[in-house]
Amino acid sequence: MPGKLKAKIVAGRHLPVMDRASDLTDAFVEVKFGNTTFKTDVCPKSLNPQWNSEWFKFEVDDEDLQDEPLQITVLDHDTYSANDAIGKVYIDIDPLLCSEAASVISGWFPIYDTIHGIRGEINVLVKVELFNDLNRFRQSSCGVKFFCTTSIPRCYRVAMVHGFVEELVVNEDPEYQWIDRIRTPRASNEARQRLISLMSGELQRKIGLKVLEMGGNAVVGYLQCFDLEGESGLVVRAIGTACTLDKLSSGSAPNTTTHVHPNTAPASNACNSPSKDGKEPVFGEDVLSFSGPPTPFRALPTSSSSPPPFSPSKPCSRQSSSSDTDLSLTPKTGMGSGGSAGKEAGPLKTLLRQQTQTALEQREFPFFTLTSFPLGFLVHVGGVVSARSVKLLDRIHNPDEPETRDAWWEEIRQEIKSHAKALGCHAVVGYSESTSICEEVCILSASGTASILNPRYMREGCLDIGNTDHRFEEPSPPSCGFCHIPYDELNMPFPAQLTYCHHCRRQKVPDVLFTTIDMPSEAAVSGKGCLIQARLCRLKKKAQGEVNATVISNLLPFMEYELHTQLMNKLKLRNMNALFGLQIQISVGENMLLGLASATGVYLTALPAPGGIQIAGKTPIDLSNEHHILTIQKRINDTIAKNRELYQINPPELTEEVVGSPIPEPRQRSRLFRSHSESSDELSELDLSHGKKDAFVLEIDDTDAVEDIHSLLTDAPPPSGFYSCNTEIMPGIYNWTSAVQMFTSVRVFRLSNVNLTNQGLNKIFTDLCENLLKSFYFKLRSMIPCCLCHLNFTVAVPEDELIQVAVTAVAMTFDKDQTQERTADKPVTKGCSETEEQLQFPLELFADSSSTNTQTSSKISGVPESTGVSPRASSLDRCSPLPEGRSRSLRSNRSFGGGSVTVVKMTPLSFLPGTRIIKYLGIINMFFIRETTSLREEGGVSGFLHSFIAEVFAMVRAHVAALGGNAVVSYSMKECMLMENPHKNQAQCLINVSGDAVICVLETDQEPMSSTTSIGQTCTSGAT
Amino acid sequence: MTSHNRNLVLKGGWDKVVNEMAMELDVFVGNTTIMDEEVYQLWLDGYTVNDAVKVRMEGGVLEECEASADVLLSDTMDQYRTFQMCERLLHSPAKLANQLLFQIPPHRQAVLIERYYTFDDAFVREVLGKKLSKGTKKDLDDISAKTAVTLKSCRRQFDNFKRVFKVVEELKGPLVENIRQHFLLSDKLARDYAAIVFFANNRFETGKRKLQYITFQDFAFCAGQLINNWTVGAVDNMVEDMDVDLDKEFLQELKELKVLITDKDLLDQHKSLVCTALRGKTKAFNEMEANFKNLSRGLVNIAAKLTNTKDVRDFFIDLVEKFIEPCRSDRWTAADMRLYLTHYTNSAHILDTFKHQVVWDRYMGVVKSCIFKMYHD
Repeated sequence: MPGKLKAKIVAGRHLPVMDRASDLTDAFVEVKFGNTTFKTDVCPKSLNPQWNSEWFKFEVDDEDLQDEPLQITVLDHDTYSANDAIGKVYIDIDPLLCSEAASVISGWFPIYDTIHGIRGEINVLVKVELFNDLNRFRQSSCGVKFFCTTSIPRCYRVAMVHGFVEELVVNEDPEYQWIDRIRTPRASNEARQRLISLMSGELQRKIGLKVLEMGGNAVVGYLQCFDLEGESGLVVRAIGTACTLDKLSSGSAPNTTTHVHPNTAPASNACNSPSKDGKEPVFGEDVLSFSGPPTPFRALPTSSSSPPPFSPSKPCSRQSSSSDTDLSLTPKTGMGSGGSAGKEAGPLKTLLRQQTQTALEQREFPFFTLTSFPLGFLVHVGGVVSARSVKLLDRIHNPDEPETRDAWWEEIRQEIKSHAKALGCHAVVGYSESTSICEEVCILSASGTASILNPRYMREGCLDIGNTDHRFEEPSPPSCGFCHIPYDELNMPFPAQLTYCHHCRRQKVPDVLFTTIDMPSEAAVSGKGCLIQARLCRLKKKAQGEVNATVISNLLPFMEYELHTQLMNKLKLRNMNALFGLQIQISVGENMLLGLASATGVYLTALPAPGGIQIAGKTPIDLSNEHHILTIQKRINDTIAKNRELYQINPPELTEEVVGSPIPEPRQRSRLFRSHSESSDELSELDLSHGKKDAFVLEIDDTDAVEDIHSLLTDAPPPSGFYSCNTEIMPGIYNWTSAVQMFTSVRVFRLSNVNLTNQGLNKIFTDLCENLLKSFYFKLRSMIPCCLCHLNFTVAVPEDELIQVAVTAVAMTFDKDQTQERTADKPVTKGCSETEEQLQFPLELFADSSSTNTQTSSKISGVPESTGVSPRASSLDRCSPLPEGRSRSLRSNRSFGGGSVTVVKMTPLSFLPGTRIIKYLGIINMFFIRETTSLREEGGVSGFLHSFIAEVFAMVRAHVAALGGNAVVSYSMKECMLMENPHKNQAQCLINVSGDAVICVLETDQEPMSSTTSIGQTCTSGAT
Repeated sequence: MTSHNRNLVLKGGWDKVVNEMAMELDVFVGNTTIMDEEVYQLWLDGYTVNDAVKVRMEGGVLEECEASADVLLSDTMDQYRTFQMCERLLHSPAKLANQLLFQIPPHRQAVLIERYYTFDDAFVREVLGKKLSKGTKKDLDDISAKTAVTLKSCRRQFDNFKRVFKVVEELKGPLVENIRQHFLLSDKLARDYAAIVFFANNRFETGKRKLQYITFQDFAFCAGQLINNWTVGAVDNMVEDMDVDLDKEFLQELKELKVLITDKDLLDQHKSLVCTALRGKTKAFNEMEANFKNLSRGLVNIAAKLTNTKDVRDFFIDLVEKFIEPCRSDRWTAADMRLYLTHYTNSAHILDTFKHQVVWDRYMGVVKSCIFKMYHD
């Protein structure tokens, strides 16, 4: 009996009227854990009952503690008939099982009903007493910390990264059980919610066990997903990165090596790395990068080997040239373990390779779900690797067992691994997996960034990072090292154009770099970044079973290719040369496939300047056509020039030119020459002879191509004052202010026209995405200057003729004046301070974590009426769209009698600008179902979904506040599945959200931020 | 009932939009609830979504932010939905502060509440003193037509009056304070509501043509005077309805004042005292002297009749007819009025045989300030 769970029901408020006669409610509460149920007394005739119950005690196994949620049901007592349920609260008690997380759950929880939504609130107190039987802990996995954050959590230091953990559990979906025919929708929804909660708990426990086996104590970058397969079952699966984390204390300031911040001085970077070899960069004729198949159609595998399961097409493999059709379960010859090492150029590389190889070789999958890393962890980046496969769900032999799905994912992961090897990389970072299901067809996708990692984080007993620093001395500065190619130049996996690194001039770099990770904070960039999206629709015939799967398999490579081309064109159009945070989502519907690729483009100064885009016509040029081409060419050149200005891209070449390069070597002169010719681009007089060399050639040979070019030019840049990106932070913006506004927006478009073409569909889809962005800019206009960060688009085809796009992002304000003083004062920029903080921030706050917790929680729940912390208050006032005098007088006039609601900030990022996370309270992972049979009365689907999303936010905030937290970081909405039937006046929606509950304090403060000071800002006003 | 109708209005707009844009669904939800004050005002004023979009477009918000009409429509719809979802909470503002559904900064909550309870002077003037009943509610169409306030907005305002009335009806303690605490309104707005409640409870006549020139703010001031001086609460502050009902004992005592006009000697003495004090100080002296007895009879008779509920209702019309109009026809200035009433009140203290000084002061204090307020064009 290793644990005692105690719960106390304090009070309720705002309960709904359950007795029409008296306009009151006789409420009581059932508290259930496992199979034990307790009840409170009935509190008669009150909408604000005070139960003040005794402590209900459950004595349970810690295994159950991990799996089961505490279930609280509020009911209306009825003497004569059955008691009516008002609603339920599920409380995940996992955070209480870890000594470093929360110690008590206490607060107001919304009472939720799947049919009626939130119906009042209930105040609950929950505690857990664990008996200190450490051996028992090993049977369960209490104490393993989970983080959604895909970087090393602030206030921890990574002692060791163990690697990939994954798990998958399957169950029958209650919605498809026979009993569902006779039970109420409410019962069915609750069964589903409960089941998923149980499965999540089980999954987490199992992953925890794996982590303990590996010797770790935490999972970072924990990504859990649901697959509602329908008849064949309900799958909950998760991946993550097992680590050993040490809590930072003031004693250990591990890494004090200062590093030049690249963003501060591009010029100095150039000086730092004098070019020692005079080799002329090689410009290949073909401009295709490593991540783009040069002649993809030939190389791409398209044959679908039946019989099912269909896994033939891994067409999306970025290293397409070598990816053959059959299952590449066995590594290719020549790419085998250690084999590639011998071919490497430098001995240092070889050494590094061997060291890491051994560390990584032991792992089945050297995958990491992290997207940003401690300084020095990431050595080289190869490029994006991805794999997809199409499966038929009705062919699963034992639907109730996980084996088949395990095998599917295993297959995909093997493929990813072999792709990475082909790129000369031993690891995959920024790794993620996803599915898209339509009827019985399921597309499994995985992608990541092939890379080479520094082994020092992966070896046993290397807790002290500082010591090992010099043993693997980087051959290149951190600001460009990751760009250097990891593969062998003479034996390249695909044709690519290599040049010498524009920073250090010592190593080769590709001309374009695509990655799924966040931009390393030490990378040297020029100007700002921007969101780049490629969007694509492909119609397909309705089909069944194998035929359908084959059709989809055959379409996938074409979609991948087109998305890639679009990305490349848009990147060049913006005058940039690298993509970070690349996510390619392919969604399947009955009669179409949707593809959406999102990434953040930047100009990496280590990579060569992107050439322009050159338009070429058909060979026999007739005159009118030529004129047309010239017009388009001019427009493109104008756009490029405009973008260069818009994103403030001034590559260091120009700086060199201005400053006067100290050693004008011949090679540099030649580059100067190049930059001259580039500036002539700006004047839209394209030097064709030069352009041939490194411009990207687009051929207009049919109307499709013309359409493509037009669509290329239709993407509107964000209005002035706005920036957008899908990564954690925006390259080029450093002085964030503290105002944040997280939002979720969903749009569903009904295709009314039956005879749609691919082009028409593309236009609709593109407009849908573009209009969403425009809406955001409009709604958030009062936050200018502002950046939309972590824009995460998810697309779905919920039904025939419906396209759904859901976006979650955060708007953050920044100081317009990027003053020199500021950067000088604080050379550590936001992006950089991540690393710095996590590595060396002395946490003087924590002498004793438990005592701090009680202290902080009491601070938070208090009513901070008069907490006008002056620096905050000023920012609040500045943001307040009200005339100042008025707002102040209103505030001072009034006491918001017991406005005891803690303000909880939410953000998809791993940090909140201007604050410091002092404690992680545990993972938030919630799944809700909402159903209605009175859709019209709730304001149609929009009204229905609007209130549901608001309710989900409210429930997340309440749980965080009850844990004693004041923010959720790394928040994401993983699923938003809407089904509607307007004719029957019905709709149902499933939402899954997750994130990390934290306590954060103002960077300048020692106290948790007070709630009055923490919102503000975000409300727009027409008055502004 | 009202909110149901509002739903229908919005839904109508929504369907139309769906048809136009083929957008099946379009929502935007912020962790901090985003509310545009301009749109909120349009919503409060009862504009439909489409009309609101038109107004916003004319306001030039589009050019300002490089947006299209679609964007504006989508934004307006979102905001309207949000307001509608908040409306339930605005009905009991205390809930807004501790509900969990919408995260709204406190100062913004205050604005939402204040605006929601703000009313149009034109509208309130029409219903002031009327019974807040279903019957009056049926007349809202006419009021809407007359005042050019949309029916939707009229309903909101009327329901607000009624809601506040119902809540404070059952509470002990000072009226203004009760309203302020229960509805979290500013002091000014709480006082206005107190006036509305007070007028509705006593059913003061305000609609007669002769009273049309008096603004709501004039009446609200008078209500404040009456509440502070003539109600039960002025003497005892822990009774129910203390600020809503007039002090019956006081009204009885007012009958005693009749002696000022029934006793010939007293009347003459009073007149001569007042005239002595006024002589040479005003151009209207002759008219004052000539009209003294009439005016005094008017005021004292009003006081003596206040025991009848019917006469309480006519209090303001009586003040106008018996006092303000005669003075106005004699072209008294506001300063004359002030001078006259001050001496009229004070001189009564010097009358030896007049024993009801306390009642007199309590009466005249209020009447004096009411007349000052009401004496304008």
